[in-house]
Amino acid sequence: MLYLRLKKGLYLGMGCLLMLLASLTQAGEAEFIAHEQALIKAKFEQKEQIMAAWYAADTQQAVELMEMMLASQLYYHKKEKRLYKVIDASKGAVADRLSDGESVTITKKRDFKRVSINNYLRTLFRQYIAKAGLTAAEPEQRIAAAEAMVGNTDPDLMATVAGLRAQETNADVQSAFDLVLAVANLQSADASQQQAAIETLGDSLQPAALNALKQFLASNPESDLAPIASKAVDSINGKIDFYNGVETLYFGLSLGSVLVLAGIGLAITFGVMGVINMAHGELIMIGAYTTYVIQLLMPNHIGWSLLVAVPAAFVVSGLVGILLERGVIRFLYGRPLETLLATFGISLILQQAVRSIFSPLNRSVETPSWMSGLIEINPLLSLTQSRMYIIAFCLLIFFLLLAIMKRTRLGLQVRAVSQNRNMARAMGVRSEWVDALTFGLGSGVAGIAGVALSQLTNVGPNMGQAYIIDSFMVVVFGGVGNLWGTLVAGLSLGVANKLLEPWAGAVLAKILVLIFIILFIQKRPRGLFPQRGRAAED
Amino acid sequence: MLKNRFWQSAVLAAAVAGSSMVMAADTIKVGVLHSLSGTMAISETTLKDTMLMLIEEQNKKGGLLGKQLEAVVVDPASNWPLFAEKARELIEKDEVAAIFGCWTSVSRKSILPVVEELDSVVFYPVQYEGEESSKNVFYTGAAPNQQAIPAVDYLMEELGVERWVLAGTDYVYPRTTNKILEAYLQDSGVAADDIMINYTPFGHSDWQSIVSDIKKFGAEGKKTAVVSTINGDANVPFYKELGSQGISSADIPVVAFSVGEEELSGMDTGPLVGHLAAWNYFMSVESDANDEFIENWHAFIGDEDRVTNDPMEAHYIGFNMWVKAVEKAGTTAAPAVQDAIIGVSVPNLTGGLSSMMPNHHISKPVLIGEIQDDGQFEVVSSTSGLVVGDAWSDFLPGSKDLIADWRAPLSCGNYNVTTGKCSGQNF
Repeated sequence: MLYLRLKKGLYLGMGCLLMLLASLTQAGEAEFIAHEQALIKAKFEQKEQIMAAWYAADTQQAVELMEMMLASQLYYHKKEKRLYKVIDASKGAVADRLSDGESVTITKKRDFKRVSINNYLRTLFRQYIAKAGLTAAEPEQRIAAAEAMVGNTDPDLMATVAGLRAQETNADVQSAFDLVLAVANLQSADASQQQAAIETLGDSLQPAALNALKQFLASNPESDLAPIASKAVDSINGKIDFYNGVETLYFGLSLGSVLVLAGIGLAITFGVMGVINMAHGELIMIGAYTTYVIQLLMPNHIGWSLLVAVPAAFVVSGLVGILLERGVIRFLYGRPLETLLATFGISLILQQAVRSIFSPLNRSVETPSWMSGLIEINPLLSLTQSRMYIIAFCLLIFFLLLAIMKRTRLGLQVRAVSQNRNMARAMGVRSEWVDALTFGLGSGVAGIAGVALSQLTNVGPNMGQAYIIDSFMVVVFGGVGNLWGTLVAGLSLGVANKLLEPWAGAVLAKILVLIFIILFIQKRPRGLFPQRGRAAED
Repeated sequence: MLKNRFWQSAVLAAAVAGSSMVMAADTIKVGVLHSLSGTMAISETTLKDTMLMLIEEQNKKGGLLGKQLEAVVVDPASNWPLFAEKARELIEKDEVAAIFGCWTSVSRKSILPVVEELDSVVFYPVQYEGEESSKNVFYTGAAPNQQAIPAVDYLMEELGVERWVLAGTDYVYPRTTNKILEAYLQDSGVAADDIMINYTPFGHSDWQSIVSDIKKFGAEGKKTAVVSTINGDANVPFYKELGSQGISSADIPVVAFSVGEEELSGMDTGPLVGHLAAWNYFMSVESDANDEFIENWHAFIGDEDRVTNDPMEAHYIGFNMWVKAVEKAGTTAAPAVQDAIIGVSVPNLTGGLSSMMPNHHISKPVLIGEIQDDGQFEVVSSTSGLVVGDAWSDFLPGSKDLIADWRAPLSCGNYNVTTGKCSGQNF
C-alpha cells in the first residue's frame, strides 16, 4: 500500500515530499497521522509540545515540517483535516497532501488554512533546525547550527560538539565550534581551560564572545584571570570602535548618494538653467510611480522590472518636464518669484493628481531579490546590498550626466545658452529647443532618482515633499551650476549627518547640518565650488 | 375674484414654504471632518468613506428619529488651523448634530476650543496619548492602557523581552506614550540601562544608523524588542532597513501602534512577517459582525482588495453609539445626547459589546497580532476581557490623581481625587 503510494509520489515527481514519505513506515504512518491531527487542532502553546514530541520521534520529518511552517507553506484542509504543502495559496494552484503525496488543485481558497505560528515558535523551530544541522553536509548549515548553540552549557551537548570539532575539516566551521566550546568552558572550574577560553574569545568578533567575557568579569571580579579577561574585552572594544567608524562612513556615503541622486536633476534645472523648480520633488515621485506601474505590468519579473523602470521613468518624467517648460516656465524666465509660485502650484496639482489616479494610500514597490541582502565582512561589519547598489547607481548617473554636459553637442549648447543666451543665438543655437531639452534632461534624471528611492522609502503622493528641501540644500551648498559641487556637497552632507546622529540624535543632527549650511552660505554665498568668469557675474 | 386670487396665491406660497421647511427638517446632518488632501489624506480618506457607508446603511434602515441622515463632508486639508475653521463652519453654518473626525492629536486639540464653545458632539476614532477628557469629545480610539501597556505585557510575559527600544516620531503622541511606558517598565523592574529611547523627525527616511544601533543594543545577550510609535510614512523605510540589515522578527520583534492593515497595503510585507501590532480590531478577526462589515465595505467601495482597520471599527462603534444615544434621548440636541450616551453599549466587530464610559472613553478588547505575508494580522494574544479606556494615565506623576466623570453631580474631566477639586480647565 505504502509502496504504491510511494511509487505514485515518485511518478508525480515530488522530490521534496519523497524524503518525508521515505521516513514513513507502517507504524510511522499512524504516528504521522496522530501528530498531524494534534497539530491541526493545537493552539500556539500546544504546538511547542507537539513539535518537540515529533522531533524526538522523527527528527528529519519534524525539521521539514518546521521549515515549511517557517516559510508559511504548511496548510491544512478545513474539512479533510489533513496537512498540505502549499507554495502559492491561490485558486488554481497545487497543494500537496503530506500523508500520501497526492497533489490536488485548490478550487476554493478558503478551504485551506495556514498552520499559524508565532514569534516564540519561530525562534524555537530555528533552534531545532540548527540542532539537527550540526551534522549537515553544508558548512553554512553547520556554522548556523553552531551559532544557534552559543551560550549553551549542557555537558552532553558540549561533548558532542567537541567530538564534531575534532573531526571537522572546514576552518570556518572549526572556529564556530571553538566559540561554542569557549563560551561553555568559561564557566568550567578548570583555570587553564578558562584561560584558553578567554584567549579564544578575545580573538572572536562575535557579539556573544564579548557578552560572555563581560559576564565572566562581572561574576568573577577577583579571579586571577580577570586582568586577561579585561584586556580581551578592551581589545574587542577597540575593534568594535573601528568597525563602527567604518560603518558610519558607509551609512554617510549611502545617505549622501541618496541626496546626490535627489539633487542632481535640480543641479541641471536650477543650477544650469536658473529655474527655481519647486515641482522637482514631484518629478521624483512620478519616477517612483512609474516603477510601481512597471511592476504591475510585469508581476512575474520583479527582478527585471527595475531595469525597465529606469529608462521608462526617465522618459515619463522627462516628458512631464518638457511639458512644464513649454507650458508654464518659458513664460516666466527671468522672473524667479513667479517661477517659484507657479512651480509650487504645479507641485500641488501633481500631488493631488496622483491621489486621484492612484489613491492617497502608499503603493507597495517590491525590492527584487538581487537587491536585498547583506554582505557580511565580519560579525561586526556587514554592508547592506541595496545601499551599495544605490551608491554605485548614483555614481553611474553622475558620470553619465557629466559626460553629457562636457562631451556632447547638447551639453555644449546648454553651457553656451546658460553663459550668454544672445551670443549663443547669434551663433545659430536654437535656444528655445535647448531650454526644453535641458529641462527635460533634468526632470528625467529626477525620474531616475525616483526609481532608486522607491527601493528605500515609501511611494506615495507626499514623497516629493520629503526631498525638495534636501535637493535645494545640496545644490546651493555645492555651488549653483557645478555638477562636481553637487556630488561633493551631497556626499559630505550625508557623512556629516551620520557622524552627528549618534551623539546628537536624528532630529538635532538635521538641525545642526542646516545651521552649518546657513553659516557657510553667509561666508561663501556661491557655495563650495563657485562658478568663475564673466557669466557668473550677472 | 381678486380677493380669491390673493388667497389662492397665499395658500400656494404657504404650501411651498411649508414643504421647504419640511424638507429642511427632514434630514439630520452629520459632519465628517477628515483631511482629503495633504499629508494626512493617506489615512483619513478611508475614514470619510467609512462614515458615508455607515450613514447610507442607517438610512436604509429607516434613518434616525424618522428622518434621513445627511453627511456634510468638508476637507480640512491636513492643515491644523483649518480644522478649527471647518469645525466652526460645520456647527454654525451647517448645524450638524455631531462631528466625526480628526486623526492627529494636534487637529483634535485645534478643534477643541470651538466644539466646547459651541457645545457640540465630536467622535474621535484614533488611538491617542490620553491625558484629556472633554465634555464634548468622545474618544473611540484606544487610550495608552488599551494598546501600549497590554502590548508591553505580552512581550514581557510571552516572549521574555528584557531590553526595550522605544522608538517614535518626535511629537506629542509618542512622547507621552513613551513616558508612560518608561514609567511602567521601570515599575516592572527593568533597569534604566535596558531602555533605549529614540526620536526621529516626521517622514524620517534614512534609518541606517538607528537600525544599526538597535541591532547592537539587541546583541548584548538579553532578548530585545522595539516598541514603535513611529508615525505614518516613516514606517516603510524603517521596516525596509530592518529587513536589509537582516533583523528578523525572531531576533528583535517590533511592536507597532501606528501600523495597521491599511499601512501594510502600501508595503512589501515579505520581510515583515512576525513583527507585531497592537490594536483593538484586526480585519482577520473571525466574527459575524466583522464578516458583515467587511462585506458591506467591499460592496460600498466597489473593490474587493480594500482592507479594513482599527480606526474604521472605532467609527463603526462611535456612530452606532451616537445613533443609540439619539434614540434614547429622542433628540439630537448636544446636551441631551452627551447625557444619554454614557452607559450605551453597542456590538463591536470582535464579537463583544463596547460601552461608553463616564470618562468619554470606551471599553474594548486589546488584541496583539503578528504580520503575515498577505498583509493581514494573525491574532496571537488577546486580553481575556474588555479594557476600559483610562483618560488619565496611572503612570504619570501629574495625572495619577486625576479622574474624569461626566455624570452629574461630578461632571468634570479632570477631578483631582486627593485635593477633591475639579481643576476647572476645559479639558
